[in-house]
Amino acid sequence: MDLFEYQGKQYFARYDIPVSKGDVAVTVDQAIAAADAAGYPVVVKAQVQVGGRGKAGGIKLANNADEVRTHAGNILGMDIKGHVVKRVWVENASDIAEEYYASFTLDRGAKKHLLMLSREGGVEIEEVAEKNPAAILMLHIDPVDGLPAAAAKKAAVDARIPDAAQQGVADILVKLYRCFVEGDCDLAEINPLILKPTGEVHALDAKVSLDENAEFRHPEWAEFQATVELDARELLAREKGLQYIGLDGQVGIIANGAGLAMSTLDVVNQVGGSAANFLDIGGGANADVMAGALEVINSDKNVKSIFINIFGGITRGDEVAKGIVEALGRVDLRAPIVIRLDGTNATEGRDILKNAGIPESKLTSKSTMLEAAEAAVALAK
Amino acid sequence: MAIFVDQNTKVIVQGLTGGQGKYHGLRNKAYGTQIVAGVTPGKGGTDVEGIPVYDSVAEAVKATGATASFVTVPPKAASAAILEAASAGITFIVCITEGIPAQDEARTYNTLVRDFPKVRLLGPNCPGIISPGKCNIGITAGEIAQLPTAKGPNVGIVSRSGTLTYQALYELKQLGIGVSTCVGIGGDPVPGTSFIDCLREFQADPETHAIIMIGEIGGSAEEEAAEFIKANVTKPMSAYIAGVTAPAGKKMGHAGAIVSGGKGTAQGKMDALRDAGVKVGNNPTEAGQLMATIVAGLS
Repeated sequence: MDLFEYQGKQYFARYDIPVSKGDVAVTVDQAIAAADAAGYPVVVKAQVQVGGRGKAGGIKLANNADEVRTHAGNILGMDIKGHVVKRVWVENASDIAEEYYASFTLDRGAKKHLLMLSREGGVEIEEVAEKNPAAILMLHIDPVDGLPAAAAKKAAVDARIPDAAQQGVADILVKLYRCFVEGDCDLAEINPLILKPTGEVHALDAKVSLDENAEFRHPEWAEFQATVELDARELLAREKGLQYIGLDGQVGIIANGAGLAMSTLDVVNQVGGSAANFLDIGGGANADVMAGALEVINSDKNVKSIFINIFGGITRGDEVAKGIVEALGRVDLRAPIVIRLDGTNATEGRDILKNAGIPESKLTSKSTMLEAAEAAVALAK
Repeated sequence: MAIFVDQNTKVIVQGLTGGQGKYHGLRNKAYGTQIVAGVTPGKGGTDVEGIPVYDSVAEAVKATGATASFVTVPPKAASAAILEAASAGITFIVCITEGIPAQDEARTYNTLVRDFPKVRLLGPNCPGIISPGKCNIGITAGEIAQLPTAKGPNVGIVSRSGTLTYQALYELKQLGIGVSTCVGIGGDPVPGTSFIDCLREFQADPETHAIIMIGEIGGSAEEEAAEFIKANVTKPMSAYIAGVTAPAGKKMGHAGAIVSGGKGTAQGKMDALRDAGVKVGNNPTEAGQLMATIVAGLS
């Protein structure tokens, strides 16, 4: 789950990482109140999860309430690369002496945490990596050891952070690492990490991505969930606890397992169709889950046919079949189903479907993935 | 021969008294796997259809001499269960648990590397391992795996995705091609066992004559495997990579399956494998057919 900048800053604040005084606003009046509280001059920043906000006119300096009114008025509702701005973050403007970059992620290849630290901040780190890779310190951290203060200090020195900022940067690295680990982040990034003329080091931006598998130990994430931008189909899927991603095609996809679901999308594409969604009903899915999945697919007006691709391991074919029969009784499906059922209890499942008396106009069974894909794509045309 | 597990492997099930643990543990036993004990804290002294249950892995190991464990406990308890097995002397741990936080996984993996270097973890979030006719640990439906033949040729399977592992077994069964061992390494960001670990074993296993590898988008495990294949694998291979049509920036179900910053694309992975001499199919069926051609050339 990706956080907005303001949420990232609020999350940073929980771990004592210094951020600017400010508040989030959804109206112009709220923005002015936030500016008054933060103290002028302020920066009004569009809250969208896409890069290039500044260039698009989504970040403006305001010296007084009138300027806040103008800028917040312009930015709220602005379209930045397809993202409509619903909120602005208004914060006290900082004087900047220098800009650095710091982030923690998991390096999957090395299976260790990775610190990236650079004295060239404020620009896209990918750009720095390309033009001047030597300017980025990459340090692997064994998760068992963590990042002691001395190691953070050494990293700041090795990254050639100027003397005046070394201790401040090292302190923030220790706090940011704690946020990354205890806060269950996939990514915790500060760009720019600034040195003020007065000597303090400070997070001017926040990019945080949270690991949703850790949600059970973070009740404080509930407020972040509330602002995740999903379309109607995705909201319904979330209510039903399904792994769903909306796409633009006509063939609704239901599969068990992420790999098979991806493969199903690929095969539909190869035979000339396009998928309306990615939907993984997961391992061990029962009749209820299947019925819920069909309801979600049915809510998508673009869907012209539904391809159910099940290979039973932990998921049982008889349960899948019961779910389909149940769903057909509960939901009036607008599109016909093509099913391919194999693996655990597949024979029992096929028998249940055969004996349920479902007309062939509503459900056809195919024995291979390719045949089923071809049939589903033909029905969608 | 087979890799990692065979007919002599004695297995305990951590979580045998739970719904999934019981269902799959009993199915593994019915397949012929030596399931010798279950472990559930507080339920020691009971049994599950004749399989004795112990309070701790240490007690189960002492009583049965088991060397492998099938971990099927909820995400919150999985890391502790894995480390308990390792410290009790288990050397092969299969964890099917889905939804373990990445931070826990990274810590557990590095703890194993440091404190228990002889222990191999398979998974988490994997379907398990099957050496057909000998041993099945995990959630694979054993009947879809074709038995290997004495004279071969037999194929080894390694896959990052659960259901695509079954798909690969199924394709080979349709073609009547025997399988030496099928390993599902799982789709999480920090898998205990990598493609390379399995490829090395398959290369050394005299019963394996060819290898199928199934990857997916995200990370760089397939590219690293391609490098390894170039340098070390002489047995013929076919492969399939899922997620050609996956949009960038979206996690496709698996915590590890995401195309980000132009990295981890299916195309890049397919190119790397082709460059290493692997025959790459555009779907699982095609990868199976490519393997059939390879096998026909071997026999």
